[in-house]
Amino acid sequence: MTSYRQKKDPQSYSFEGFGTPAFPNLMLRGAGNLDNWRLAIYQKEHEGYLGLKRALSMEPSQVIDEMKASGIRGRGGAGFPAGLKWSFMPKDTADKKYTRYLVCNADEGEPGTFKDRSIMEYNPHQLIEGMIIAGFAMQCHMGFIYVRGEFLWLIEKLEAAIEEAKKENLLGQNILGSGFNFDLIVYRGAGAYICGEETALLNSLEGRRGEPRIKPPFPASKGAFGQPTTINNVETLAAAAPILRMGGAEYAKIGTPKNTGTRIFCVSGHVQRPGLYELPLGVPLITLVKDLAGGTPNGKKIKAIIPGGASSAVFTESDFDCPLDFDTIRDRGSMAGSGGIIVIDEDTCMVQVCLRLIRFYAHESCGQCTPCREGCNWMEMILTRIENGEGRLEDLETLKSMTPRIAGKTLCALGDAACGPMDSILGKFRDEFIHHIEHKKCPKPSCQLVTYSH
Amino acid sequence: MNSSSSSTRSALPLAPGERLPVSKVLTLSPEALKEIDQLADKFPDRLAATLPALHIAQREFGFVSLEAMKAVAKALDIPEGHVYGVASFYSMYQKHPVGSFHIQVCTNISCALNGAVALLDLVKKKTGISQRGEVSSDGLWSVEEVECLASCGSGPCLQVNHDIYDEFVNEAELDRVLEACRSGQYREWAK
Ligand SMILES: Cc1cc2nc3c(=O)[nH]c(=O)nc-3n(C[C@H](O)[C@H](O)[C@H](O)COP(=O)(O)O)c2cc1C
Ligand code: FES
Repeated sequence: MTSYRQKKDPQSYSFEGFGTPAFPNLMLRGAGNLDNWRLAIYQKEHEGYLGLKRALSMEPSQVIDEMKASGIRGRGGAGFPAGLKWSFMPKDTADKKYTRYLVCNADEGEPGTFKDRSIMEYNPHQLIEGMIIAGFAMQCHMGFIYVRGEFLWLIEKLEAAIEEAKKENLLGQNILGSGFNFDLIVYRGAGAYICGEETALLNSLEGRRGEPRIKPPFPASKGAFGQPTTINNVETLAAAAPILRMGGAEYAKIGTPKNTGTRIFCVSGHVQRPGLYELPLGVPLITLVKDLAGGTPNGKKIKAIIPGGASSAVFTESDFDCPLDFDTIRDRGSMAGSGGIIVIDEDTCMVQVCLRLIRFYAHESCGQCTPCREGCNWMEMILTRIENGEGRLEDLETLKSMTPRIAGKTLCALGDAACGPMDSILGKFRDEFIHHIEHKKCPKPSCQLVTYSH
Repeated sequence: MNSSSSSTRSALPLAPGERLPVSKVLTLSPEALKEIDQLADKFPDRLAATLPALHIAQREFGFVSLEAMKAVAKALDIPEGHVYGVASFYSMYQKHPVGSFHIQVCTNISCALNGAVALLDLVKKKTGISQRGEVSSDGLWSVEEVECLASCGSGPCLQVNHDIYDEFVNEAELDRVLEACRSGQYREWAK
């Protein structure tokens, strides 16, 4: 099918107990096997398309009720309840008929996150099944999968999977005799983190610059091509398949009452076994990092952990016991975000970590809103100066005074995303900043996280 | 400001008096025009084909030159200014020529924690490239520092052209990748 080099993915997927009722495997079935993407395997070995068949036997509104009953919250970043989001789509009335669209956010750009990729790589049919279910529930007849431009080989795989589904009448006209029509188009991005933001994604999908839109109007009333649109993350949509197969109430038994189901956590940084781990929500962070991922490779102490992708505030030791669910992570001042967990050991310079993250936001700001465009750039410049040993003590007050002028003052949350790491690292590692300033150099010259900072 | 940022920044806006490089190819082939036309019909609105058409143009022209942008505008019958705006917004549209093997090294946080900065230096040393926009004299190499590629668990990683990533890249692995490029095992840029 593909002209691309095939390669065995070395990432970890399995651990003792995975696939048992205590640790259900709903999202990573067959992961690691490069042939797993095929329809025949999905149907034969992974209960493929049973969820769709059940959904098509129900009323669309009942499918939305199943999603609501499952309690699943969006896996893309904000954790918004998916069933509720689906229910916002306007329904046809006697005198108004709508063209509704479904959009899958496969832009996966949040540093530390690499889970959507594995779903598309190993289980593209699960995503397709989830999208048909979502399309049926909201009565959309066209869906778009917006994939980041770098994933060209995944796009070929997705398109091959879509062709397979078409041949089996799982996509197209009158799906499985139900009378429901649904088509999927894969759209390739071109390298811009901001296009993961849902309204920027819509602009990009329409062939424009990926600049976020003013909300309201929200996508459910005016989204892609001016029509009502629902945007969900890959993992959220793929989860609709097992949810409809097993029933929302059954799915809701996994995890904790307000944080149901499993999610794929991405572990990276200073750990022995980096990779993907699917866990029920509510497992303590340290269990994942130490017991499953093996802790640091050389027994060094862990200094900080980023719990939910680069945009989330860093945790230090007192929060390592935090259960991985949306609410507790939020109550402890960070966010569950995209499930990207980045482990940082004691020999790491936190000023460099901060600078590396802020440089990313400065680079990726779309430039529309002054606070984000100028603020992130200024933070980067000040942090560079501190890291290079040219900082002044008053820089710390300047940095601290900047985040309240960015967060909440912009069209989208990219500015807020920069403020999470900025505030938390400066707040929790102030002594490291002061050390750089007083000694006029970085105390950890062997730690190199930023190109040409020394 | 330190000198590093310019290497991650896009080549636009241009400095006063600077011109975008001119491509050897100046028009889209009939096959490409047909492909763009079919694409445009797929979407609810022709404008939506701007991004895919620019990908096609990059393949045809080798990079997204001004002529490539104009050709896309003409093929889709949309304003040239719109196409320029889009082409300049997205980092994957190369506004300068690249080598047959355009090596993109992720230097974002997870990869950096595992040695991406040293890897980037090594890539530059072995290819003789010092900054973005430069192509080695034999036309083989160009190097770009990129943001997170969504391969953070297998960092440091890099991408050659638009192919599947190379992961856990240490010096030995890098040597293997470069040799594989030289010996024709990797697809060339825009081929
Ligand atoms: C700057 C920025 C980048 C984002 N990047 C992504 C992304 O790469 N993938 C994603 O699914 N959501 C991303 N989001 C969140 C989306 O805006 C949106 O909330 C999400 O796709 C909704 O899906 P869900 O309800 O299934 O979680 C991003 C948000 C912001 C502000
Ligand atoms: S940080 Fe390098 S791939 Fe994500």
